[in-house]
Amino acid sequence: MGLTAGSTGANAIDSGLVIKKEQENDRVIALAGNPNVGKSTVFNELTGLNQHTGNWPGKTVTNAQGSYQYHGNGYILVDLPGTYSLTAHSTEEEVARDFICFGGADAAVIVCDATCLERNLNLVLQTIEITSRAVVCVNLLDEAERKNIRVDFQQLEKNLGVPVIGASARSRRGLEELQEKIEEVCKSKEPPKAILPRYTRPIEEALELLTPYLEQRLAEEKIPFHPRWVALRLLDNEPGLMATLQENLSFSLADDLELQKLLEQARQCLAEADIPEDRLKDILVSCIILHAEYVSSDSVYYKKTDYNATDRKIDKILTSRWTGIPVMLLLLAVIFWLTITGANYPSQLLSSGFAWLEGKLTEFFIWANAPGWLHGALVLGVYRVLTWVISVMLPPMAIFFPLFTLLEDLGYLPRVAFNLDKHFKKSNACGKQALTMCMGFGCNAAGITGCRIIDSPRERLIAIITNNFVPCNGRFAPPQLLKQNSKTAPLQFDDLPSLP
Amino acid sequence: MNRSVSLNTLPEGSRARVTSLLSTGSMRRRLQDIGLIEGTNVQCLQKSPSGDPIAYLIRGAVIALRSEDSRNILVEGNYN
Repeated sequence: MGLTAGSTGANAIDSGLVIKKEQENDRVIALAGNPNVGKSTVFNELTGLNQHTGNWPGKTVTNAQGSYQYHGNGYILVDLPGTYSLTAHSTEEEVARDFICFGGADAAVIVCDATCLERNLNLVLQTIEITSRAVVCVNLLDEAERKNIRVDFQQLEKNLGVPVIGASARSRRGLEELQEKIEEVCKSKEPPKAILPRYTRPIEEALELLTPYLEQRLAEEKIPFHPRWVALRLLDNEPGLMATLQENLSFSLADDLELQKLLEQARQCLAEADIPEDRLKDILVSCIILHAEYVSSDSVYYKKTDYNATDRKIDKILTSRWTGIPVMLLLLAVIFWLTITGANYPSQLLSSGFAWLEGKLTEFFIWANAPGWLHGALVLGVYRVLTWVISVMLPPMAIFFPLFTLLEDLGYLPRVAFNLDKHFKKSNACGKQALTMCMGFGCNAAGITGCRIIDSPRERLIAIITNNFVPCNGRFAPPQLLKQNSKTAPLQFDDLPSLP
Repeated sequence: MNRSVSLNTLPEGSRARVTSLLSTGSMRRRLQDIGLIEGTNVQCLQKSPSGDPIAYLIRGAVIALRSEDSRNILVEGNYN
């Protein structure tokens, strides 16, 4: 995330989804996964600095593309937004689904959390229904080891029908294997034989009516969609997806009379089994969830039944009635205290260092016989102000942000949102705003970019606008500055050289 | 035969099984996607200091739900 020169200004004009290939035969890989599974770590480890971020066209969702070389071939990784599902009830999900379905990627990699595999399999199964050129990357193995959870990758691979590898992206484990599997999946003539979730009998019968015809039609038109997936979507009949699907087909669905006739028969078949359209959606989701449960129970082993016991005990302290809020206030107080007092000594060091350098600069200007106004503008003006800002602001920021990131890595921040949500709800805001406000203490701009974690547009707008009322590190400065300048005198007006 | 109650009335530490979802639209789909379908076992883990939201253990994941949403989830079999 972040605003790069390439993603703002004139460069932000929608130009459609452009995948910047370095060479024609570069392969495009879609990188999908639930939020917080380490997808970005995998992305960063594989692409290094060869990446650029921007927005998905027409949407305020970040898009990141990066490239890497493997065995002489170029690969472009497209980092999709983290989603729990491809059902498109939020912009992120819509973006992810549209890219996986219609983005023309050569393969998909789905990153999963080894400590929470069942939930992650929902997205995996939905993805392999769309494309069987997929690799499942079970990440966070170090976390799983800590909790004594073991994943049987071979069994998982058998149950899914697509390659599965284990990784701990943080420590670069498994990434070589991942690249190997990606290459295999892209190169092989036949895609892996994915084992797709089966639905209840009436639905399977309805699909049977549609798939043969669709298979033939799609093959004729050389469209690479799975007939089964298209049939499911036709039955599901979600308007947004239907429109996008139609755009990507070379023939009109509505005008294909044979198809419409079969569709009518299929719907009839479902109606006879007492499955109206909304009940159909329920069954489709349930079948995938149950299949995920089956696959996961067959491939994940917990050495301790109570593997989360320590986490739960910690949570009792962090979020319980009596200790929750006090602990939170204490932690925040400690962070602020560390930031403000800890920054004093480095600030003074920097300040005196820059003052010494200013002396040397002045000597240089004198030696070079530079005019007084030049010295005034450059040294007393530009240099002095710049160094004041740096010496006052850099130390607090250098302390605050790492401490905040530490809290984030420890997983404490969601507990803060959990504790405060009710209070924020009273103002029609969201508990997650507590997090963005904390970030705002470091830098308001960072706090505002962080507001993307809030789902509801209204709550997000409230968080963005009110973030301004949180004093950022820059606004800590004036009290600091006043205290500071007993040592270094602030600019006196009689210091200014008189104009020639 | 246990009557169905709302998920948000479940006391801390107890378990139950989902009987039906009364929510509609995207919330319904959201809840289903995280695994809250009929027959799913849920455990109430922790209430927030202010009583809302409440953290539940759902298919291996700890998920916090606000009362306005969990009151539309019916469960049965309040047992420990």
